[in-house]
Amino acid sequence: MTPFITHTGVAAALLRTNIDTDAIIPSREMKLVSKQGLGEGLFAGWRYTQVGGREPNPDFILNQSAYQGTSILLAGKNFGCGSSREHAVWALAEYGIRAIIAPSFGAIFYGNCIRNGILPLSLPDEVIAAMAAQIQDPQQHQIRIDLAHRQVIGVDGTVYEFVIAKACQHMLLDGLDQIGLTLKRADSIAAFESDYQKRRHWLFELPTDVAG
Amino acid sequence: MAQTLFDKLWADHEVTVLEDSLSLLYIDRIFLHERTGSVALESLVAAGRPVLNPEKVFCSMDHIVDTHSGRTDETLVPSGKQFIQSTRKASQAAGIRLFDIDDPMQGIVHVISPELGIVQPGCTLICPDSHTCSQGALGALAWGVGSSEAEHALATNTLVVKKPKTMRVNLTGVLEPGVTAKDVILQLIAQYGAAGGTGYAIEFAGEVIDAMGIEARLTLCNMAVEFSAFTALIAPDHKTLDYIEGKPYAPQGDSWLQAKQHWDTLFSDHDARFDKELSLDCSQLAPVVSWGTSPQHSCAVTGTVPVMPEQSASSDQSSYQRAYQYMDLQPGQALTSLVIDAAFIGSCTNSRISDLREAAAILRGRKVAAGVKAICVPGSKAVKRVAEAEGLDQIFIAAGFEWREPGCSMCFFAGGENFGFQKRVISSTNRNFEGRQGPETRTHLASPVTVAASAIAGRIADPRDYLP
Repeated sequence: MTPFITHTGVAAALLRTNIDTDAIIPSREMKLVSKQGLGEGLFAGWRYTQVGGREPNPDFILNQSAYQGTSILLAGKNFGCGSSREHAVWALAEYGIRAIIAPSFGAIFYGNCIRNGILPLSLPDEVIAAMAAQIQDPQQHQIRIDLAHRQVIGVDGTVYEFVIAKACQHMLLDGLDQIGLTLKRADSIAAFESDYQKRRHWLFELPTDVAG
Repeated sequence: MAQTLFDKLWADHEVTVLEDSLSLLYIDRIFLHERTGSVALESLVAAGRPVLNPEKVFCSMDHIVDTHSGRTDETLVPSGKQFIQSTRKASQAAGIRLFDIDDPMQGIVHVISPELGIVQPGCTLICPDSHTCSQGALGALAWGVGSSEAEHALATNTLVVKKPKTMRVNLTGVLEPGVTAKDVILQLIAQYGAAGGTGYAIEFAGEVIDAMGIEARLTLCNMAVEFSAFTALIAPDHKTLDYIEGKPYAPQGDSWLQAKQHWDTLFSDHDARFDKELSLDCSQLAPVVSWGTSPQHSCAVTGTVPVMPEQSASSDQSSYQRAYQYMDLQPGQALTSLVIDAAFIGSCTNSRISDLREAAAILRGRKVAAGVKAICVPGSKAVKRVAEAEGLDQIFIAAGFEWREPGCSMCFFAGGENFGFQKRVISSTNRNFEGRQGPETRTHLASPVTVAASAIAGRIADPRDYLP
């Protein structure tokens, strides 16, 4: 996984509450059993003029010339709510998004971001509104994020502190593979399991002959 | 120390405490489906990591399978066949019990898992599907995850989880005839917002829960994710035990007695403290229908499209404006004035036998209004068999409904079948997001009885006017 340490990039504002994962990647754009090939489908319903088409909708912010190469999104509350599809995060990553700044996130989406090197960063609504107002100037829409120091530096140099769980911060800073980390605990998991199986043995007595 | 039900389940599965309120939790059951499970299985194989305990892993074909009779692997969903066939291959290679298209137990994950006794009180169950929270209705700790987390659970039998806060939602009063679990959850989300449950594991309690059957409880918990909750839970009671006893995967003999002994301890202690408590008086509740593009855009069927609340954040305002525009509505319009093009009964929210019985009671002897496309998709083969044995299929068909094979069907648009451009649909599903049921399709969420009544009326209708 690509580590996230510091990042400076073009920010675009999609200030709407409850932007769901169906909007981020419509199911019809999940065409392959793969984590790849999803960037083109990102925000397809808003980004293109027609369903399934690829003609850019000029009204959509990411299609505007000033916002080419956007790598930071500013959004409303509850970004990434809805379906658990990790394809939403894979699509964002493939498009080049490194961080999303919103007042809150869908819980499954948040976890998916951490596991794919995207920083979901929470700041209050009014701070995001102020940042969004600043990046409307097409000459000045670069925001800097320093994850180690948990700071966002706005266009005008204002520093905003943010909070993130230490474990999530480490995962992103070090680009860690969670499965690899957990497998190192295989012994303690096995020890737990042997005790647990005695306590809750019925959960381990699964019939294998349940046929239709 | 007094514990909530959630605390008890958490403690029982905690392998070790990590940093920052993260814990490594032991996972008892993993369910997969062909839409997101296939990529998890393939990715695991690519990483050279085996499925640790395949006997605890189940998989259903539900999301993109065709729902017409005589179906095969072919589906209208572009490359759907690839998802189906790669899931079959990967499941067989891993030794996972697959409920395949032709299996008599096939159906929607959150319908068949309870129906077969795979989910049980006190167990942990995960699935790369956001509506896994449904299964908390049986007193299990069940929640939706991403594909990477599913891989983690498959490879390690555990997940790293941040401990959510606890919330109890007390549902008081008695539901009037024609008012259902669906109306309760839509009302809760309308009242507290689609982010109202962010960061919480919710326990539903109160007299409304005591009076509810298991299937209605599954409907209620199903939409906890639409409230942005980590998951929902209901303490098991005698109804839960009666429901589970004798199911194919339920404990038997002495094990049943020992399981039951444990399950009897699964409740929140009377002096347990929750981080938050909400209360909803349901005695005055009318049937609820969504008007906009988030489940929080919902109001009484007798009501009108609301005016945007003053003093809301600019991001909320833009979401209201966009919803009016997308749904082609004006504030002040009566919901019952809205003419519909289609009616859909199905999905993990409302496709169980009790849903079909209630809808059929309204449809009996009546006809769907001219021009309305009406479809019923039972949640599982088992539900379909019982419905057909009771003659419900004949009631649906005589009324003008299509009667389909089980699957998630038109709850969501995956590039195949859909309700059409800008069509207005009343739907027993869980999401009214933009484009969810088709390109610019306008979805109104409602209970199966409201859908049935509206199908007859040809416009959104109050089911209380149609009760038998």
